[in-house]
Amino acid sequence: MEKKLGVYICTGCSIGDSLDVEALNKVAGNEYSAPVCKNHGAFCSDEGVQMIKDDIADGGINTIVVAACSPRVMYDTFDFGEERITERVNLREHVVWCQPPNDEDTQMMAEDYLRMGIVKAQKRELPEAHIEEIDRTILVVGGGITGMKAALDASWANHKVVLVEKSGQLGGFARKMYKQYPKSASFDTLQDPEYASLVQQVEADDNIEVILSATMESITGQPGLYTAKIAKEGGTTEERKIGTIIQAAGWQPYEAEKLGHLGYGTSPNVITNVKMEEIASSNNGTIKRPSDGKVAKNVVFIQCAGSRDPEHLPYCSSVCCMVSLKQAEYVRKSDPDATATILYKDMRTPGQYEHYYKKAQADEGIFLTKGEILSVTGGTDGNVIVEVDNTLLGEKVKIEADLLVLATGMKPATALTMDEDELEKAIEEGKAAQEAGTLDKPFREEDVGKPPILSLDYRRGGELPHLKYGFPDSHYICFPYETQRTGIYAAGAVRAPLDTAMSRTDAAGAVLKAIQCLELTSQGKAVHPRAGDQTFPEFFLNRCTQCKRCTEECPFGTLDEDEKGTPKPNPYRCRRCGVCMGACPERIISFKDYSVDLIASVLRAIEVPEEEDEKPRVLCFVCENDAYPAIDMAGLKRLQYNPAVRFIPLRCLGSTNLVWIADSLSSGMDGIILIGCKHGDDYQCHFIKGSELANYRLGKVQETLERLQLESDRIQIHQLSINEYEKVPEIVDQMMEIIDDVGQNPFKGF
Amino acid sequence: MSEQGKTILVVGGGISVMTTAIEAAEAGYKAVIIERNSYLGGRVAQMNKYFPKLCPPYCGMEINFSRMRSNPNVRSYTLARLESLNKEDGTYKAAVKVEPRFVNSKCTACGECEKVCPVDRPNDFNYGMDTTKAIYLPHEMAFPVRYAVDGAACKGASCGKCVEACKYDAIELEMQAETVEIEADAVVMATGWNPYDPNKIDNLAFGKSPNIINNVMMERLAAVNGPTGGKIQRPSDGKEPASVAFVQCAGSRDENHMQHCSAICCLATFKQIAYLHEQNPEIQAYMFYIDLRAQGKYEAFVQDVSAQENTTLIKGKVAEIAEDGATGGFIVTAENAVTGEKVHQAVDMVVLATGMDPASNEMRAPVSLDYEMSGFMVPSSDPGIIATGVAKKPSDVASCTQDATAATLKAIQSIVRR
Repeated sequence: MEKKLGVYICTGCSIGDSLDVEALNKVAGNEYSAPVCKNHGAFCSDEGVQMIKDDIADGGINTIVVAACSPRVMYDTFDFGEERITERVNLREHVVWCQPPNDEDTQMMAEDYLRMGIVKAQKRELPEAHIEEIDRTILVVGGGITGMKAALDASWANHKVVLVEKSGQLGGFARKMYKQYPKSASFDTLQDPEYASLVQQVEADDNIEVILSATMESITGQPGLYTAKIAKEGGTTEERKIGTIIQAAGWQPYEAEKLGHLGYGTSPNVITNVKMEEIASSNNGTIKRPSDGKVAKNVVFIQCAGSRDPEHLPYCSSVCCMVSLKQAEYVRKSDPDATATILYKDMRTPGQYEHYYKKAQADEGIFLTKGEILSVTGGTDGNVIVEVDNTLLGEKVKIEADLLVLATGMKPATALTMDEDELEKAIEEGKAAQEAGTLDKPFREEDVGKPPILSLDYRRGGELPHLKYGFPDSHYICFPYETQRTGIYAAGAVRAPLDTAMSRTDAAGAVLKAIQCLELTSQGKAVHPRAGDQTFPEFFLNRCTQCKRCTEECPFGTLDEDEKGTPKPNPYRCRRCGVCMGACPERIISFKDYSVDLIASVLRAIEVPEEEDEKPRVLCFVCENDAYPAIDMAGLKRLQYNPAVRFIPLRCLGSTNLVWIADSLSSGMDGIILIGCKHGDDYQCHFIKGSELANYRLGKVQETLERLQLESDRIQIHQLSINEYEKVPEIVDQMMEIIDDVGQNPFKGF
Repeated sequence: MSEQGKTILVVGGGISVMTTAIEAAEAGYKAVIIERNSYLGGRVAQMNKYFPKLCPPYCGMEINFSRMRSNPNVRSYTLARLESLNKEDGTYKAAVKVEPRFVNSKCTACGECEKVCPVDRPNDFNYGMDTTKAIYLPHEMAFPVRYAVDGAACKGASCGKCVEACKYDAIELEMQAETVEIEADAVVMATGWNPYDPNKIDNLAFGKSPNIINNVMMERLAAVNGPTGGKIQRPSDGKEPASVAFVQCAGSRDENHMQHCSAICCLATFKQIAYLHEQNPEIQAYMFYIDLRAQGKYEAFVQDVSAQENTTLIKGKVAEIAEDGATGGFIVTAENAVTGEKVHQAVDMVVLATGMDPASNEMRAPVSLDYEMSGFMVPSSDPGIIATGVAKKPSDVASCTQDATAATLKAIQSIVRR
C-alpha cells in the first residue's frame, strides 16, 4: 500500500489551551511532510470525524494519525476500517492532563509523541491474512462425565467429535458411584448416577466417534490442522484430522497406601470413600464391611484424608465433605439403627449444598464434629479405635468404628505425567538411589511418573503445562480456560477438583472455547487475549543462528525445531505476544505492525536535547494491557509527573528486544524504565511469563553496561498493577533521582 | 456456522455478563448487553482485589474491555432494564427501558462539567461512604467512559451550569427515558446479587455505629480509588483500627435470614485480613466463623493468611456486638465451639461478612423463570433462556467466568438446534 499520511491534531479537552498547536502542525508538515495536517476543536464530533472521512474519500488519505485522546477511548469514533492504518497519539491523558500547560517541556513532550506516532504509522503495514482450510472436528481425551458431556456439547453445536477413552467403556469414575449427592433444588434428595444416560446419548450420537481402549500416540500440528494418532488395543493405530482438543482425562483418588497414620492397612475395615461406593453399589445399598460381610453399625468418616495436608495434597479436594454426607445417608438407609460419625476439619458444603448439610444435621443418627485425629488403632473383631482431640464433644475422645471410611481426595490425572526424557531420567535416578540404599521403601517405576496423556508432538513437551499441583491452567480467575497451549482446553477434574455438576459446566465452557478457537483460526485471527489480531510473526530464517531462544521462550509452545535447531513456526498456535521477537538476538522475527525495527524507529524519533540543555530524557517501555491503562488513569486523576519521560506501549514486556536498550543509550537517553505486570507464582502477565522474561533479559544487559562503564542503574524495571496508577509519578521521579546522581548519559551527542 | 450473526441478549452488567457477551462475539455471534448501572463491571468493578492472587479486577476487566473495543459484535445499553420479554416464532422480543443519562455520546470525559456542578450526592459506587457531584464519572475504568447525571440529585435546567461548561454539547438535561425494542435468538440472565441487607440482622448492630461496616464496604476502603484513597480507617474518626473483628455468615447459613452458604465470604475475609496486614502487620484480626470454606486451590491462601501473626481464628458464631463505652469500639461476644468458652473480644472496628442475596429478590425480571427457595434461578424449561453467575448460585469470580462461558455455549446450542 502506498501510504498517504493525514495528521489530525485535536485541540479539545485542554489540548489547544495547553500546547502550541501551530508548532505541532509544523512537526507534521515540515519534519514528516504530511500532505494533510488539520486541527479541530473536537475531532470526535460528527463534524470532526466527517472531516477525516472526507479526506479519506476525496484526498486518498489511508494512513491516519489522530493526535487527541487515549486509544482506549473514542475507539469506535476513530475506526476508519481495516484497510487503513489508524494510529492514535495520546496528547490528552499522557501529556496535557499530567503536565503544566504552555510549558516548554510539555510542548517538547507533545511534539515527541506526535513524531513517535507518525513514525509508527509510517512503519506499520496492514496485516496479510493467512487462511487455510481447517478441520473442525474436536478431539476429546477422556470418557468420563466431563469427556462425554464435552462430546455431546460439541455435537449439539454441530461439531464432529472423536472421543478417546483409555478403558474399555465410557463412564469414568462415575461408574463406581452408587448414588450422587443432590445437585439441584431442593438439594435434599440423592440422585441416581448420571453416567448411564450420558453413555446412551453419546453412543446414539452420529456426530461422535467413540474410540475405546485407546491412548494418544501423538498429536502433531496446530489448531485447525492437528493430526492425532490414536493407539488402540492390539497395536493398531488410527489417524484423525482434528481442529481443537479437550483434555478431560479426569482424576484419580489420592493413594490410600500413603495414609497409614489414618489406619489404612490396619484392618480390612478401613476403606476409602471410593471403596465405600463400590460396597454400596454391589450390595444395592447395604453397607457390609469387608472383613466379615456384617452390616456396618458404627461407621466413622475421616475427612481430608490426604487433603489439606502439606505432607500429601496441600489443596482441598472440594467434593469429599458432600461425598461423606451422602455416604452417611447410605449408612442410615442401609440400617436405620446404624450411626455415622463424620470427623472433619471444616464442613465444606458451599452455596446451596448447605441445604444437604442441614438435612444431615437434622438426622439423629449422624454425628458431625470437628476434630484432630490423634491415632487410629486396631480393636477387636476387625473394629478400629479412632482417637480424636479438640472435638465439639470434648477433648481426646475415643470412638470405636466397625467401618472406617477415609475421605480421600482427588489428584489430576496429569499430576504424575512426565515427558519421555524426564521420565527416563527420573527412573534412572530412582534406581540409582535404590542401589545406593538411600530409599526408605522399594523403588517402583510406576511411582515416578507416567507418559503424557495427550502426547503432544511439541518441542516444549507432550502435556499441557501446569501450575500448582498439576492442574493445567493459567488465569483461572478471569479466564478459566486459558491454557498454555492454544487450541487445547482442559475441563473437569483434571483442571481443578470439581464435582460432576461443576465438571458438566466445565465441559461446556471448554467446548465453547474450542469452537471459538476454530472460528477465529478459520479467519486467520488470534484467540484470547489478542483476539482478532491478524498478524503473524514472520521469520527471516537466512539470518537465524539456531540459538533456540525463541523456541524455548515462547509461552505457548508455538515453535518447534528442525534437527539443526531452526524454528518451525506453527502460526495457528501463536498468540501474537511477541515474546519470540524480544528473545531473538538476530532480530529476525517481525509482525507487520510490530517489529524490532518499528519500535527502534519510534524511539529514535524522540528528540534528545544536548547535554548543556540539561533536559534529560527517559524512555519507558510499558505493557499495553496494564501499565498503559494505569498511566491513562494517572492522567484522568490529573497526577503530574516529570516531563522527561516518554512512554512506548508494548504488546507484552516480554517482547522487549535488548537492542532497543542499546539504541536508546546510544541515542542519548539518560534512563530507561520498563514497566510490566507482576510475575512469580501469582503472575498477572497475560502471556504467562512476559514480564519475568524481560526481567531476566535485563539482568544480562545490566552486566554489559557495567562492562561499558555505564551505570546499570540507568535501567530500571518495575512491576505495576493496573490499579497502581498513583505509583506512576514515583516511578519516574525515582529514575530522575538516579540521573541526578549519576549524571546525564555520557554518550549523548555522539 | 450458518447460524452466525444471530443475537444473544445478555441481562446484567457484571463479570458474568461481560464474559458471556465477549465469548459469544468471538465465536461469531452478536451480543447485546442491558445493564441497570451507568457502567459495565458490576460488583467486580467495586472490588479492590481478587482472592487468592490479590490481583486487581481492573486487570481482567481491561482485557475484556479491550476485546469489546475491537469487536463490533458487542453492543451495550447502560441504565437499562428489561421491561418485557416475549417469544414470537422462536425469536425473543425484548422491550428495554433506558433511563436518561442526561449525557450523550459526545461526552469526552474531560471533566469540566464536574468542576462547576454545585450539588453533592452520596456515591453509590463507594456504598455512600463519600460523595460525587450530581454529574459524575462512575469510576476510573467506567465503560463507557462517559459522565452521567444523577437525575434525583441534579437541580435540572434551572441550574444548567454543567451545560454551559460543556464545550461538546454532551449534556441534555431534558433527556427522557426511552424504550427500545431488541430482537434476540437467545437470552442469558446474569442479574447477579446484592449484599444481604445487614440492617435485617439485629444482633450484629449494623447502623448503630459507622464503625460496623460490611465486607463490600471494606473493599472500597481498601481500594486506591475508594473514599479513603486505599487507607483502611475507622469511618467515625479516620483512625487506623488497632483491631478488627470479621463476623462470618452475617445473614448466611441462618434460618432467620438466608439458608444458603454464600460460598465466597470466608475467602473474602481472608483477603481482607491480608489488606489489613499489608497496611500494618500489627493490626489484630479476629475472624469468627462456623466453618472455613475454601475449596480447591484456595486452601493455600487460607493457610498463608492464617499463619500470619496477629490473625486469630475463632470457631463460633457471633451472638452480640455491643458498643464499648465511648471508645468507638465494640465488644464482640461469641461462644468458642471447640472450647465451649464465651469469648468477649474488644475491637476497634467490625466487618460483617454479609453474603450474596440474589438480585432477583429485589426485583424479578419479567422472564418466565423459576426460582429456588433462596431466590436463585433454576434452569428454565425454555432452552433459549439461560441463567448464569450468581443469579443461579452463590459463586466466586472464577466460577462465574466458568459458568458464563458454559452459558454462552448453551445459548449457541439453543440457536443451532432450533
